[in-house]
Amino acid sequence: MAVTTEQIADAMYEMVKEVQGKKKLKAMDLTHAMIDRYGAEGCDKKMCKAAIRDLIDNDRCVYTYFGGSYIELPHEEGAASGG
Amino acid sequence: MSETNGKGSATPLLDELEKGDWPSFVTQIKEMAADGNEQCQQLLELLERSYREKIGHWKHGGIVGVHGYGGGVIGRYNDLPEEFPAIAHFHTLRVNMPTGWFYTSEVLRKICDIWDEHGSGLTNMHGSTGDIILLGTTTDELEPTFQALSEADFDLGGSGSDVRTPSACVGPARCEWACYDTLDLCNDLTQTFQDELHRPAFPYKFKFKCSGCPNDCVASIARSDMSIIGTWRDDIRIDQDEVRAYAEGGMNIERDICGNCPTKCMAWDGNELEIDNSNCVKCMHCINAMPKALRPGVDTGATILLGAKAPIVQGAQLSSVLIPFIKLEPPYQEIKDLAERIWDFWGEHGKNRERVGELMQRVGLGNFLEAIEVEPLPEMIAAPRDNPYVFYEEYYEEEDEEAEEEEPAAVP
Repeated sequence: MAVTTEQIADAMYEMVKEVQGKKKLKAMDLTHAMIDRYGAEGCDKKMCKAAIRDLIDNDRCVYTYFGGSYIELPHEEGAASGG
Repeated sequence: MSETNGKGSATPLLDELEKGDWPSFVTQIKEMAADGNEQCQQLLELLERSYREKIGHWKHGGIVGVHGYGGGVIGRYNDLPEEFPAIAHFHTLRVNMPTGWFYTSEVLRKICDIWDEHGSGLTNMHGSTGDIILLGTTTDELEPTFQALSEADFDLGGSGSDVRTPSACVGPARCEWACYDTLDLCNDLTQTFQDELHRPAFPYKFKFKCSGCPNDCVASIARSDMSIIGTWRDDIRIDQDEVRAYAEGGMNIERDICGNCPTKCMAWDGNELEIDNSNCVKCMHCINAMPKALRPGVDTGATILLGAKAPIVQGAQLSSVLIPFIKLEPPYQEIKDLAERIWDFWGEHGKNRERVGELMQRVGLGNFLEAIEVEPLPEMIAAPRDNPYVFYEEYYEEEDEEAEEEEPAAVP
């Protein structure tokens, strides 16, 4: 099934939103999930990379670091307020 | 910070770190604190308290960064913000250093001016990856700092699960032993892999380090996932007159040169030095000891090694040979393609926080080589003349077949 980068970005966003606060996803988790969902013919790593860039550049998601780098929804940093 | 409370130093434990011959970071922070820098004053107080209580008061990581980038900023918050408000946020910025760490004093002043304006003024030149480290700013100052650095032609370096800022020795700029242009390769890799450097997409960090010769001045064999170490495959160049001059000057060539050669591939008859180059392992000892007499050959390139890391998930390890010899000339496509094949396999099969070297060990070198489309070679050994660990599948298949033939049929 052929999909556009925007569709992949939307699907990734939904995935991140669904697990926000419960599980942290890495870029490669999102990439693997999209290739599983749409098949290698319709969705490749390059498209996933572009979709992640789209999510970050449009402030829909942010990179976070907790021992490794993750992609999450923008939220207030707990540590920033002394939490 | 109060220097003393009338009963002695306010920082007796930190004062211990000022003793001895080496420059002390405590002394330097104290100098800035004495100039009225509030962040430095509170930093000293908090650090003294940590030593006293044996508790670290810093929280690491989080979501701070600059727009579009996933690396280059390391979030730091202290857990006592009411007591230490000036350093409640004390984020670190990693700035991509010029290749080979060549600066003009004007540029250094510019960086310091930017940091005095936007941060604590404290720097660490340089971090272990080689970046310029700017220590201590608030979340609000990150974007303005990045903007100012960009206007001064600087960019942030890598952090997190990405390509870390590649680094190189001074190479041909200052060293006659450079077997390839370390500066050009390092800069090329940095420019080519900007996306991988700023947008973390790997299981964990990945470091390139470029050393021009086997002296390995940037310690790439111990500190980088991909070590690119200059070497040569023809003969060591010898100036026999200079060898004799070393002998006449008092050097004991038999004992100190030939005797220290790890493969004993040299002979000195009192007049001429002979080298059996086929047995030379490029240790550089003789060249280092007699730089006027011996030089690397002229057919130069590099050995690529893979897998070094400090102890994190497992213990520390050194890189091991992946490509025994490669000519390194622009546009360096072969090495870039190799890196991308490694990243593809690592991205597919690597566990969270697993370095490439650990993955290589976990799946076995044979499987790893097959996946990255590199042929096994006798040079891929853990140590010279010892312990080959390439898995030759056809040998095992033959042995397995023989074993099966000898075994009686299983009784159900």
